[in-house]
Order: sequence, then structure tokens, then C-alpha cells
Amino acid sequence: MAERSFKREVKKLEVGHGAEFEGEGILAVTKALLQSGVAYVGGYQGSPISHLMDVFADANDLLESLDVHFEASASEAAAGAMLAASVNYPLRGAVAWKSVVGTNVASDALSNVASGGVRGGALIIVGEDYGEGSSIMQERTHAFAMKSQMWLLDPRPNLTSIVDMVERGFELSEASNTPVMLEMRVRSCHMTGTFTAKDNVRPAFTVADAAANPQRDTDRIVLPPANFLHEVEKVEKRWPAAIAYVRDNRLNEWFGPQGDDDTGDIGIIVQGGLYNNLNRALELIGLADASGGCSLPIYCMNVTYPLIPEEVREFCTGKTAVLVLEEGQPEFIEHELNTLVRRADLQTRIVGKDILPRAGEYSTQVIREGVGAFLRQQGSPLAPQPAIPDPLPGETASEIPGRPAGFCTGCPERPIFTAMKLVERELGPSHVSADIGCHLFSILPPFNIGNTTMGYGLGSAGASAFSSSGKGKGSSGGKRAIAIMGDGGFWHNGLTSGIGNAVFNKDDTVTMIVDNGYSAATGGQDILSSRALNKVRSTKNPIEKAVRGVGADWVRSIDRTYDVAGMRDTLKEALTTPEKGPKVIIASSECMLNRERREKPIRRQALKDGKRVVRERFGVDPDTCTGDHSCIRLSGCPSLSIKKNPDPLRQDPVAHVDNSCVGCGLCGEVSHAAVLCPSFYRASLVSNPGRMERFFHKVRTSVIGFLQSWDARARAARAF
Amino acid sequence: MQGQVPPTDEKAPPQRLSVAILALGGQGGGVLADWVQTVAREHGWLAQGTSVPGVAQRTGSTVYYVELARAAEGQRPVMALMPVPGDVDVVVASELMEAGRAVLRGFSTAGRTTLIGSTNRIYAISEKSRLGDGRGSSERIMAAAAERSKRFIGFDMDAAATRAGSVISAVMFGALAGSGALPFPRESFEAAIRASGIAVDSNLKGFEEGFQAAKAEAALPVESVSDVPVPESETGRKLAVRITADLPPRAHDHAMHGVQRLMDYQDARYATLYLDRLDSIAALDAAPFTLTAEAARHLALWMSYEDTIRVADLKVRESRLARVKGEVQVEDAQLLRVTEFMHPRLQEICDTLPAGIGGRIANSPTLTRLLSPFFKKGRHVETTSIRWYGALFFLSRLRPMRPRSLRYREEQERMEAWLDAVRHAAANDRALAEEIVKCQRLIKGYGDTFDRGLRNYAAVMAGLDVRPSDRAAADWLAELREAALADEDGDKLRELINQARQSPVSEPALRAS
Repeated sequence: MAERSFKREVKKLEVGHGAEFEGEGILAVTKALLQSGVAYVGGYQGSPISHLMDVFADANDLLESLDVHFEASASEAAAGAMLAASVNYPLRGAVAWKSVVGTNVASDALSNVASGGVRGGALIIVGEDYGEGSSIMQERTHAFAMKSQMWLLDPRPNLTSIVDMVERGFELSEASNTPVMLEMRVRSCHMTGTFTAKDNVRPAFTVADAAANPQRDTDRIVLPPANFLHEVEKVEKRWPAAIAYVRDNRLNEWFGPQGDDDTGDIGIIVQGGLYNNLNRALELIGLADASGGCSLPIYCMNVTYPLIPEEVREFCTGKTAVLVLEEGQPEFIEHELNTLVRRADLQTRIVGKDILPRAGEYSTQVIREGVGAFLRQQGSPLAPQPAIPDPLPGETASEIPGRPAGFCTGCPERPIFTAMKLVERELGPSHVSADIGCHLFSILPPFNIGNTTMGYGLGSAGASAFSSSGKGKGSSGGKRAIAIMGDGGFWHNGLTSGIGNAVFNKDDTVTMIVDNGYSAATGGQDILSSRALNKVRSTKNPIEKAVRGVGADWVRSIDRTYDVAGMRDTLKEALTTPEKGPKVIIASSECMLNRERREKPIRRQALKDGKRVVRERFGVDPDTCTGDHSCIRLSGCPSLSIKKNPDPLRQDPVAHVDNSCVGCGLCGEVSHAAVLCPSFYRASLVSNPGRMERFFHKVRTSVIGFLQSWDARARAARAF
Repeated sequence: MQGQVPPTDEKAPPQRLSVAILALGGQGGGVLADWVQTVAREHGWLAQGTSVPGVAQRTGSTVYYVELARAAEGQRPVMALMPVPGDVDVVVASELMEAGRAVLRGFSTAGRTTLIGSTNRIYAISEKSRLGDGRGSSERIMAAAAERSKRFIGFDMDAAATRAGSVISAVMFGALAGSGALPFPRESFEAAIRASGIAVDSNLKGFEEGFQAAKAEAALPVESVSDVPVPESETGRKLAVRITADLPPRAHDHAMHGVQRLMDYQDARYATLYLDRLDSIAALDAAPFTLTAEAARHLALWMSYEDTIRVADLKVRESRLARVKGEVQVEDAQLLRVTEFMHPRLQEICDTLPAGIGGRIANSPTLTRLLSPFFKKGRHVETTSIRWYGALFFLSRLRPMRPRSLRYREEQERMEAWLDAVRHAAANDRALAEEIVKCQRLIKGYGDTFDRGLRNYAAVMAGLDVRPSDRAAADWLAELREAALADEDGDKLRELINQARQSPVSEPALRAS
């Protein structure tokens, strides 16, 4: 069960023609797919597209009722390969993933599907994870679109444009026999808004129809001689067809004075996704109004690949300079614009990265400064005065701490790294190859563990150079490297690229598989080894079985990661055992976020029903805590914090556990395993206790109470 | 037509309002953003919300952005997807440093922005993991927030949420309504809470808290201050008289606390020893007497070092159980069980034993080897059970034996050496003497932490001998001490000392007397 439920929202997907649809970007895209008569959908979760997968999953009943096949693909490669269904059949299909990383994974399949071409419309919805909050923040999907020759749509960020572009995307794909990528920018995915809906369309031809009537065309298969044909087709047929479709259906847009109204000699070309930022920037310098009326001619490219030579020529004719707003580098669009302008023999100067920043997001602020610089450069009377920056003085700014993401309260992955920290103290540091997932937070304070991360599921493979148990300088010489891998990455590819690879090469490494029961970092989606019962998927396939299945022998499963001492000893054994070959530790405890979400309502109900419920939480005695914060450096739990020292003589703040503590037990385990201090206590709060329990409690309380008052009297006798 | 600037009317009511919400992942910033949109749409405004989803939300700081525009016939406003510095009307921040971040990122600007921020602190990992005190200055942020906003509404929203049994997002929503920054009546805000249908009653209570608090002057949460103790026993009064008579006024508060603490820790005799020691320092001090004042603090702390007896003594108190009950919020019908995590090592046992026996065991490899296995594992000590409470109670009764214990002897030796160094320095460099006094701060904790503290203390004191010739001794020692608190492994301190070794070294400022 995913972290966020869209059960309520997916009902909106059923609205019909003329209704006003209100919701988030991901829901709008889903509705657009249904309006387009899609026959199958698939994909792999990952920010910012995770919730699109959740919407698909929660809308499964509706999809089924419309004869739409939905697959929660094992990886982006699996999703990309699914598009094969559109090669021979008039089936519209859509797949979704986080890009650029997901596109990397899928690119083998994409090369093939783009080579042979498609008959049914094939749409790839990429959550363009560029800039803030991203992982590979500087790369763009644009490069993939160009190299495989797939068309790239980057609609203006409003739901009407996005929905429209989904529908047009299918048509474009079919008109040019080419897969089309629709770029959803980070903020568009969860942007709320409205658009006018249409009826959902049942696919005229379904996957069942296709399966019943298999068709085959060797010209579509990537093998000589057909692949030579594909190359020619791409250049001579599909490309011109795409340009014609985009041009004839006016997928790109123009704003501000155009044609005869345009009396000036400058203009702006912008990627559709940046249009809103541009308009706001112009508005702030008095060159546009709130509804898009503006004083400068704008050519807005909702299709960023291919470019349309006629449109470019027409826009640039009569202009001395055009500013191109293209986020990211290399500046593919700017390069091509220069080529097109040269070919058209225009003298228009293309201004872009020479005055705009080469890197980073083109926020309104950046565009505002860029447009200002452009206007000043062109000597335009519209040029605004440069803004005078007024930053917060350094002495105040330095008081504001960074707040990186970290493990949640009670996270079962935290104790794994606490144990690693303790082993590090004993055996010295090891090279640690980290992976993608929540566990990657280990690289941040307080743990500071992990040397590299090479991609999802690639933790073990990332350690493979340090793995030889042979002799000489070419071997790691007995010092074993540690690899981390999450259960999500494991099933994505880590089983083969990591464990299989290590077994085959007899790698003498240690792999820690972090099994929290979900693809947790992306929002708690179920995977093969999830413990949950999932009606439409096969879960409960243990990781250990798979690991042993590919030939790993030294495998240890720990079913309670909070057992820090156990974790520590197992890891130590893995690092020191004379046994050669891969050592695999599977550390399993359920993701606390998901567990709490499941168990909280059950606890509440039990309390209501008068059943005995024990709630545990931890606390710190401020008078024995000396304020060294070792415990925090071994944990970093959000509920374990500090507060002003109540002791009038002591100055350093004391550790403090707030009421958000879920009683995972780590604090206690750490103070034992690391021999920290006696300040931690565990409080067990028993609601609705039984009669005997109450009786014994009374006995205990009165005995202890007697001793306490004795103690208090003795203390009073020697008091100040 | 190119060149024409759209007309603007300064006096017209705003056609668009922008709201930035800064919260930590899990605080309900998204819910708040939804509520705001619901209210606006209810009044016929167009509303758009955006956020950056993903792992950034796991406890990290997150920005939600809502834009509201008056609907105009036939025109669709072009909405921005993130707050633009200098163009934000309302900022709502769930924590003080997040309010500071809004100021830092330019979202809050003077003359334009209504800045609504909680003044409580949720410490960042960099602040709370420091060996000493890494907290950022709340006062500076308060000042900047007031300076760089049209109006700053600041109160402890976390406390308000707790009072209301609600969540912080509801309090933030209430404060937003109470601020009057949005042109919608209170009822519409409450209707949005009702419409969401989740935890309606408690959310409305939180809303009410926030709504009322928005009217008050911005203030930091009140911190409790301990009053200077007033003597209540005959002995106490005598010692208090002695403090007033012998010590400079500046040291009185700390000395009163010190005497109270040591009488509780051991007895009046021990407190008298404290005052004797303090007198010897005061005699060498002069105005402004900060040396004596700091010595009164640090000597009391060192003399009340944490041994097994002290820990037991603190754990068995009535007041301690009461404090735990308050902290974990036990309800009347609930039973409470408290378990401590103790890990006494053989060393601590030897420390508690009379010096002769303790020393013999600690120094005998055979005995250590034989006894160690009994102290390998941590113990779960349930202090609400008779058995364990009894054990700790017994331990706490060993207090009279403390002066004969091995640890007592060791600590007094260490303290005397420290006091000697202080007195020696005080004769001609009081600033240095005061810095030496403050080095007591390095020695704290239990087990490995304590050992590390002792090592650092020794290294810092030894570092005085490699003082670069251009540095004053007091400054140098202060820098060494800060370096010792910079990291757990002592890297910074080592680096500093190694650097100093390579530069010309001055005459030792301190020699053992």
C-alpha cells in the first residue's frame, strides 16, 4: 500500500465531457490518457512521477473497466520494453518514469522501439527531475530524445496545456510512427489546477484483440537488413512527418505582438515549461500583464524536439536579436537555432547562454535578470534598471542551519548505520558503496557513511573493483568493501548486477541488503518481497530465496534491525570471516512510516474497544545527561533532539526525546551497545490494564513510594 | 504594441496574492496549502498550489507555494510555480529557522510580506550533534524577521498545537486567518477544515489557538530560569552567610547553586571543601571577578562528578518519577513502567569500591579477566519494579562511602592539579586562569565519552606549551578548547596542535608548580 492514497481523487477520473476537472498534474495526465483511448499503461516510480504510479494503481478498477491494461513495471527498462505492444498493433500505450535516471535504465528498449518505429501511439511520460530536489540534477532528457530521435513535448505548465499535449502526443506519435516523450517538470506533477474534461474513451483495439490476432512485420525488427531501413525512414519519413504535424496543428504558440503588430526588432524564444516563469519575470519588470499579454514577441516551444525550421525562420525574420531561454546544458536548442538561422541566411543574433547562467534552474528571478541583461545589451528602451541585491547579512544568515533530508522517526534503517558506525570504531573504516534509496541518507550527518553511489540497485556492482580475494596489488588484500543495497534496488536490477555479478566473480565483498518491505523512498509502493497482501500483485517473495537462488552461500537474515548489537556482530563476522566469496546480510524491518500508518488506526480502535494497549516511548533524564550528544551522533532521529539545560550551572544543551517518539527502541540499544550513558529510559504506558496487572502495580507503587519518601526525608535532612 | 507597459493601479485591491509555506517534511504543509486553496476557490478566486515532492520531504525543509488570483471573465491568469523573491504576500513558516530561511531566500520582504512564523525550534542535525552547544541564535532571526517583513507574527505554534491536542498545520492555518492577510472571513477558513473531514474537532481547536495568538506581539517561547536557591536549613544558612561574606558578589549565584548541589551530592562537609577551594581562587582574583564566578560554576560541576552512586541517587527520587510522568504524558487510567538502559562496566564497579579494593581489582589482570564477563552486557533496569528499584536504592545509600572510593581519590587528585594550574596562572594572567577553569567543560559523560573528555582535557592543557608566539595564552587555550569540541575524533584539535608545533613557540605560559 503506497504512502499516499488517491482512492478519493481517482473518482474524479470518471467525469465526462464538459465537466470542470480540478486536481493535481498527475491526475490530469491520467485523465488525459483515458480521454485518448490508451490501451495499456506501465512505469516505474521515482520522484516526481511516483504519485502518477500511485494514481494508476489506485485507479486500477477504473482502468480495468475501460479495458486498459496496467502494469507496475519491475524497472524503467521493463516499462520501456512494454512499448513493444505499439509496434505491430494500433494500440496506444503510455509509460512513465523519473528522468533522466529512469531514461538511462530504459534506453536499451527505447533505442529499439525508436528504431523500428510504432504503429500505435507510444507516449513516454517523463518526470523531468531537473534542479531543486533532484538527484542527477544537471542532466536533461533532451539528449535522449535527440539521440534516439523521439519527439519531446514540454508543454506550458497549466493543466489545459498539459492535457492537450497528451492527446496531441498520441496523434503526433501515430502521424510520425515515432515514440513521443512528454516532459512533466518537477513542479507540474503536483501543481493543482483545472481543465475542461472530455469523456473517457475505451480503446478501439485492446491488448486482448492484439493477442488474439498476432501480426508480424520483419521490417520492424532491429536486425539487418531492416535496421538500415529504419535509419532512412527516420530521416526521410518520420522526421518530416513530425515537423508537418507540429506545424499544421500549431502545437507551438506565439504571444505578444506578432507580424505587423511587431514593431520592434527583438524577441524571446522559450521552452514551453518555462513560459510561466518568463511571463512572471516580464510582469515584474512591467513588460507583461498577469494573463499573458506582453510587450515583447514570444515564441513558445511546446515541442522542444524537433524544432520547426519554418516557424523559427518566420519568428526571427526582421529581428536583430532573439533571446533563447533554454534550461540546462549543453544548449541543444540554442545550437540548433543557430544552425537554422544560418541556413535561412538570417542575420538575427541568437542570444542565450552567453548572458544567461550555464547551469541551474531558470527561476523567475534568473529569467528576470537575464531578460534585463538582454534588453540592456540590445540598447532597448524597455530595459529595466538592474535590481540592487539586499542579502541577509552574513552574521544572521550563518545562524540558519541547513536542513538536509534524513531518516524518519523510528526508521529501521537507522540502526543499521549505527551498527556500521560501531564496527567502524572497532575495525576501522571500509570503502562503502552506497545505493539509491532512503538508505543513501547515511552519507549525510550524523553517519557520514558511504563513498559513492552509482545508481539504483548498483551498490554491490559499485564495490566490485575492491572485491578480489586474490594476491598482489590488484586485489583488495583482505580489507573488504561494504556495499549497501535497498530492497527496491535489489529487485530493480541488483539481484543480477549485484549479487549475481559477485557470485560469478567470486567477489569477496559484503553486501547489506536493506529490506524495509516497500519501495520506501518513492512513497511505499509494494515490491516482490513486500510482506503485505496485495490483491493484484504477487508479494511475499523473500529476498533470501532469490539470493541463494543465484548461488550466494554466506547469507544472514536479520529480522529486527533495531537489534544493534546483533547487527554489529553480524557485520563484524561478515567482514572478518575467513570464508571467501560474497557475504550477504539481509536486514529486514518494516518501514516505520508505513507501519505507523497501518497500525495507528488499529491501536486507536483497540483503545476505543477497551483492549489492553501498550505504548512505548523513550526519554532522557536531564540531570544525568551531560550534554555530549554522542547518542545523537549515533542516531540523528528527528524525535531525539536537544533542549536548554535545566541545570543552572551546566551550559551545554541536554538531549531530549519529544512526544513524536514511536518507541522503536534504538536509543536504548545504542546506549547499551555503545556504552553511552544511563540517561535513557523507556516508558511503557499501559492503557486498559487487566485487574491483576493493576493490583501488582499498586503493590509495587506502594513499596517504591515508601522507599521514595524515606529517601526524600533523608535528603531533606542534609538539604541546603 | 511593443514598448507599452501595461497600466497598473496602485490603489486597486490586489488581483493576485502569493503565499509561501515553509515546513519540514511530515508537518502537514501540503494539507495547509490545500486548505488555503479551498478557501480561495470558495470565494470565486482561482487558486494554484505547487510543491516539490519526493525524498526532500523526509524531514528536510520543504516549500509549498500557493497563488491566488481574482477570476476575470475570459482571462486565465498565468500562474507562477514557485515563490519569487520580493513578490510574496504571505509567508507561513512552521519553525523559527524556517522563517529565517524565508527571509534568507528573500521570500519575506519589508513593506510587502506578512510573515507568520512559529518561534519554537526544531534543531537541525548540525546543531544537535555538536559536542558542546551548536544552537543557532534565535534572537538574530527574530530581529531579521521583524525587519524584513511588513508584519511579523511569531509565536510558539508547537506549544499551541500541543495545548489544543492538534497539529501545527491547523495552528498555522488559524494564524493565517487571524492575520487578516487574506481577504476571506474566518468562517470560510473553518469551513475548509470541516470540508476536509479529517480530525475536524482537534483541527478547529488548533485553528482557534492560532487565530487568537496571531493578534499578539511576536515573542520567543519563554524559557524557565532557575531561581537562586534560598537556604532553608541551619547548615545551609551558615554556608550562605559564608558565601556572602567571603566571595565577590559576582560569584554568589553560582556558589549558592554549587553549595546546594554538593550538599545534595554528598554532605555539608563536602560543600565546605568546595568553598575552601573557591576562597583560594577568590583571593587571587580582582574585579570584575569573572574568574571566581566561573570557578564557582565549574568547580561545583567537577566536584559533583557522575559516579554510580550519583546516578542511582538521581534515579530513585520521587521527583524523578514525577518528571517522567509529566514528560511522557501519562493519563490517569494508564499504568507506567520505566526501564533504564544501564551498562556498568567493571571499571565503574571498581571506581565505587573503596580505593584499596577497587584499585587492586583494576590493576590485576587475572581478576579483571575473571570478573569482566559479568559486566559485558547492558542491563534493562526496570525502576518501577521492586527488585531493581531496591538495587538502585541500595546503591544510592552507599553515599557515605563515597569519599573512600577509588574514583573519589582519582577525581580529587585531578581537581587539585587543575586548581593548582588555575591558581598558578591567576597570579599573573587572570584571563588565562579563567580559560583553564572553563576547560572543565571538556570532561563529561560516562564510559568512552568520559575517557575521551579526559584525553581532550589533557591534550588541551598540554597544548599550552606549543602556543604560537603571537598568541595570548588565554585566547590560545580558548581556541584549543573549541577545537576539542569540534569533532569526536579530535581531528581539529590535533591539526591545530600540529600546526602550532611547526611555528615558533613562545615561552610556556604555565609550568606545573
